Amino acid sequence: MDHLLTAATWGLALLQALLYAALGPLLVGWVRKVKAVLQNRRGAPVLQPYRDLRKLLMKEARVAHTASPLFRAAPYIVFSATWLAAATVPLVAVSLPTAAIADIIALVGLLALARFFLALAGMDVGTAFGGMGASREMLVSALAEPAMLMAVFTLAMTAHSTNLASVVDYHLTTTVVLRPSFLFALGGLILVAIAETGRIPVDNPATHLELTMIHEAMLLEYSGRHLALMEWAAQIKLVLYGALIANVFFPWGIAYNLAPAALGLGFVAIVGKLLILGAALAIGETVLAKMRLFRAPAFLNLALLMSLLGLLSHVILEVGT
Amino acid sequence: MDAALLLAALAVALALASAAVSVLAAQLPWVPRLLAMPLLGTSGLLALVAGLVALVDGGVVTATLPLGLPWLPWRVRLDALAGFFLTVIGVVTAAVGLYGPAYVRALEHGHESLTALGVFTGLFLTGMQLVVLADDAFLFMVAWELMSLSSYFLVAFQHENAANRRAAFLYLLMAHVGGMAILLGYGVLASFGGGFAFDAMRAAEPPVTWASVAFVLAFVGFGMKAGLVPLHAWLPEAHPVAPSHISALMSGVMLKVAVYGFIRVVFDLIGQFHWQWGVGVLAIGSVSALMGVLYALMQHDLKRLLAYHSVENLGIIFIGLGLALLYLSTGHGLLGALALVAALYHTVNHALFKGLLFLGAGAILHSTHERDLEQMGGLLRRMPWTGLFFLIGCLSISALPPFNGFVSEWLTFQAALQAWQLDSGVLRSLIPIASAVLALTGALAAACFVKVYGVAFLGQARSRHVRRARPVPLGMRAGQGVLAVLCVVLGILPTGVLGLIDSVPRQLLGNGLPQATEHGWLWLTPVPAESVSYSAPLVVFLLAVTVGMAIWGLRHGAVRRVRRCPAWDCGFAPPTPRMQYTATAFAQPIRRVFGLMFHIDESVEQRDHDAARYHLAVRDRAWGLLYAPLAQAVESAARRVVRLQSGNIRVYLGWTLSTLLVLLWIIS
Repeated sequence: MDHLLTAATWGLALLQALLYAALGPLLVGWVRKVKAVLQNRRGAPVLQPYRDLRKLLMKEARVAHTASPLFRAAPYIVFSATWLAAATVPLVAVSLPTAAIADIIALVGLLALARFFLALAGMDVGTAFGGMGASREMLVSALAEPAMLMAVFTLAMTAHSTNLASVVDYHLTTTVVLRPSFLFALGGLILVAIAETGRIPVDNPATHLELTMIHEAMLLEYSGRHLALMEWAAQIKLVLYGALIANVFFPWGIAYNLAPAALGLGFVAIVGKLLILGAALAIGETVLAKMRLFRAPAFLNLALLMSLLGLLSHVILEVGT
Repeated sequence: MDAALLLAALAVALALASAAVSVLAAQLPWVPRLLAMPLLGTSGLLALVAGLVALVDGGVVTATLPLGLPWLPWRVRLDALAGFFLTVIGVVTAAVGLYGPAYVRALEHGHESLTALGVFTGLFLTGMQLVVLADDAFLFMVAWELMSLSSYFLVAFQHENAANRRAAFLYLLMAHVGGMAILLGYGVLASFGGGFAFDAMRAAEPPVTWASVAFVLAFVGFGMKAGLVPLHAWLPEAHPVAPSHISALMSGVMLKVAVYGFIRVVFDLIGQFHWQWGVGVLAIGSVSALMGVLYALMQHDLKRLLAYHSVENLGIIFIGLGLALLYLSTGHGLLGALALVAALYHTVNHALFKGLLFLGAGAILHSTHERDLEQMGGLLRRMPWTGLFFLIGCLSISALPPFNGFVSEWLTFQAALQAWQLDSGVLRSLIPIASAVLALTGALAAACFVKVYGVAFLGQARSRHVRRARPVPLGMRAGQGVLAVLCVVLGILPTGVLGLIDSVPRQLLGNGLPQATEHGWLWLTPVPAESVSYSAPLVVFLLAVTVGMAIWGLRHGAVRRVRRCPAWDCGFAPPTPRMQYTATAFAQPIRRVFGLMFHIDESVEQRDHDAARYHLAVRDRAWGLLYAPLAQAVESAARRVVRLQSGNIRVYLGWTLSTLLVLLWIIS
């Protein structure tokens, strides 16, 4: 435990956390750009999300008369909880003190905390759309969260640890075997990531129809810096899921020690992996159409089933052999 | 250690005194408020201290009371397990003692008898404390019945309402069926131990078959009291109709006494473990957790909803106990201790947050006279303190970090994740399924409490009396505040709590969790592997730092103004309170997805000149599947027995004679 808690690792953890915040808008801009190209549009520049954030931060915030203090506190809590959750996922280097502070279960818990306040904020002003968004978000998350836990439990049981850094470490150091449990867990986690980050086919981040919104419906009453924080949190969450999939299932390239060369390689590796995952997401969003809300449970049940199959195939087939 | 037992005895005496002085309530209306309630709170405080001393000391102290039958004196015993549950009883009771006076004051003008309320509250607490202290089956059953009977009168407190009388009768019936099962279980154990003292039962080694019979009887009896599915039907009827501070005691504490009984009998008295028992407990616990939370989501009566959540949380506790049985039966002592500690941690957590939430529901009831969520709204701005405390309760029960519910769920997950150490493939695959159910339960609980908090405390008031709600008196706020602070403390400093709980498995199983706290107060490391850790203090610290940074960064940004304006709502007509999402609407998607689990009656009625009316009733499937057939069977059996009653004395004498002959034939 103590070997992790040196000034160097803490500094690295801080840098990684800042990198999450910095990469968030970039990844979203990249996905949008790829999508635009695939749809024969020119699209906004990749850096557009940064400009949007800056503009929102400069604007004055408007708050409805009927809003309670919770409405103004929620963006800060959502942003911090999401960011802290992201800080526990290894991005560039494996050795990470934050991964010991909050393990995988706490990571899921922190995301749930952010979602709890997001949904409450949606209900706070007392508009119909906010309540609708909150209700749907909680339905989606209620089905996605167990799938996510089962997927990460598959990894945790394999590595005998719920610490994400140890899990990544385990996969790097053991010989590569194609485990069936991993394929299931990967499939489950990808489906969960799509649902939890509000992408097509579960939710559409670019929709302009209030009745089909989930995530955006909860943010309708937000403006100015509050909206900026909420948007930023959503962008960080996208990088979080990307890093989780990239570094746990394809950990190659991640920095082992704190040497500059290794860190540089780790940085290049994760950026490359995120670019590929972002492009894949854009292709998926272009090919698929958004589902009706009541088709989403089938999608999420598939995710839960895959994750559970992963866990079961691990405990039945792989343990003890 | 003797001092601890003395303190516990004093606590029992004060609870009895609280009951005794309440007799005067009819003449002196101030007695319940100024005398009985403070006595009750002091009794709770003493029980808390006694329990803590017993936990810290980790020893055992016994005594024999000059009461009971001549050949069977009452024995009491205070050990770590009893101390733990005495602490749980004490802490909620102390908070109720703070909260109660103001709540009882509002009842002074009603036509219900305050004498009955005070007397039976005191006896109820006496019964619970004695159950935990009892060291022989006789005193245990007497105290158990005292607890059940006095709480029956508390459930029937507002007996003008026919539904309340029905709920109370159902409660009485179920309590006695359960009590019968417990009594029979003790009978089995006593026949092998040669006496009703727990020491004798502990020393005996019953054969597996009879041990299993005793286990099943204890599981049925205590499970009925704990409200496990499918024996839960009485709980959501009975708990909500009692006055709110009594609901807090019933849900927060009495259910825990049932957990105590189960642990005492199965882990201590029977003293042998079989994996089949573990599988049974794990399965029932999982089903209870899931069904409890699903039915809770369908409720819009706040107290009923909370009662269904008790079913859920007791299910989670029994998942932990089932894991403990599984690990212990396969010889994994450390893991068994871990699962037991997780269950005990959840026990104290549930007592705290469920007590808090019921007190909060009572505060809403006090100032708005409303239990129906569909009429509430916007209470956070009218009752800010209650709103804050209730929010803490909601976050805790939804198992969100850094609150206490998360710690116990984390421990339960860690226990489940050690399933790879088991040899049997069947058991290895059962545990992940149970943990999937636990994960689903936690996520659904979060959805449910978003619904509760969003509908009740946020948005706009949906009725006139809710719009005029006023903050509750200081005492009621203090009672909630104590529990809310404890919810936060138990979430942030789990290592300290674990150090206390640890003496229970040390005494009961012979080994504790030494490695859980060996890295100092910052790190919770329950599993020997170095790589499992959680640091709640640092999570809180980092959250606070990031929130502070965000606020500070944006204060120094270009604009810090906030302008108030009407709600936007996408530019449609200005929103009215009627346009808000209701509790029923919020739960509709989940009702549709999990439709098979419920018995749903849904219809739209269209009258000629009237607007269409929508009817929705969601009923418990357990009624149709178990209770209605059972009631019918009992009734038809009774009709057959009635035929014996011909009214002719000669026939009766004939029956008596033949019964005597049969009995003589049996014993000869």
